[in-house]
Amino acid sequence: MTYIDPHIHMVSRTTDDYQRMAQAGCLAITEPAFWAGFDRSSPKGFYDYFRQLTESEPNRAAQFGIRHFTWLCINPKEAEDPGFAREVMSLIPDFLDRPNVLGVGEIGLNKNSRNELEIFEAHVEFAAQRDQLILVHTPHLEDKRKGTRLIMDAIKRNGRIDPGRVLIDHIEEHTVKMVLDAGFWAGMTLYPDTKCTPQRAADIFEMYGTERIWINSAGDWGVSDPLAVPKCQVELRRRGHTEDLVRRVSLENPQTFLSQSPKFRVNER
Amino acid sequence: MAPATPSCPASRSKVIELYFLEHRAKVLDLAAFLDRLDRAADDIGHEDFRVAALKQSIALLLDGHGQRAKRVLDHFSDPSETPIESAAGMKGAFGVYPGGKAGVI
Repeated sequence: MTYIDPHIHMVSRTTDDYQRMAQAGCLAITEPAFWAGFDRSSPKGFYDYFRQLTESEPNRAAQFGIRHFTWLCINPKEAEDPGFAREVMSLIPDFLDRPNVLGVGEIGLNKNSRNELEIFEAHVEFAAQRDQLILVHTPHLEDKRKGTRLIMDAIKRNGRIDPGRVLIDHIEEHTVKMVLDAGFWAGMTLYPDTKCTPQRAADIFEMYGTERIWINSAGDWGVSDPLAVPKCQVELRRRGHTEDLVRRVSLENPQTFLSQSPKFRVNER
Repeated sequence: MAPATPSCPASRSKVIELYFLEHRAKVLDLAAFLDRLDRAADDIGHEDFRVAALKQSIALLLDGHGQRAKRVLDHFSDPSETPIESAAGMKGAFGVYPGGKAGVI
């Protein structure tokens, strides 16, 4: 069965991964801008990164028939210096019109600090002014519940953002309800040890339904699995879910959210 | 206790068949981890807050109430509501909130 992985950091993955993903049925991926595992020494490093996301990575994906889309921002792990962060943000308008850029992301919080929140709010305003879709990263582990609340409050405070155009990612059992109840889209990340397993993702679908929710691998430079989405498809079938449900959560729901950008389209096989 | 309307399409016996061995192994891993801690030289002098919270979370699994995964995650979470002053020098997370509520269910 075909699928979309709507959150994966392919700049950190090998070309072999593209090949295996294509063989597993991947039609398209979306790649949010994120932390490289070290802090960049200057905003110019982000200029090159944004070129990689908008020029070279789409070509690498196309070799395997996979459509590549991206989101731009400065990630929250490098947002503690607001001056530096705003310099990086000033680069984004030059890239926003490129054909594979879907919006602003993955913005959010990491340790829930005042400076992170200031830069998150600046990104939200940036998106509001340009009518961009938003992809949100929620903090890790013990910081997630508090950070998710701060993020939702900040978006509501802006007052100009339709929650139906915001995907709040990395939800788990303790944050899924608050995100869906507020009208946002929710993303479940299938990630070893620190986020959801395919089994828990299937449980969450059973408890909270399949409306406005998707799954992704968030594959990156850490221990992660670029085939996590097809593995979750197998998990859902294994316990008796219908092909319609599997297709909805792994293909149709991402298509529905992402198609709010006129740039997004996939060619179904 | 049986739910009025099951949301898992697999029957209870099927769930056991599919998942029992996987979770038997996870319980053994947890038991072996606690044994490993006992055998290791004590360079801390007190119980680590993460291990304390982990042990306390086990009680949540056996209290007869549902929403266990959510309640374990809540137990590990930072209970505060306002941003911290600075994240300078901070990148990662511990897995358990290091102050305040951790240690109390």
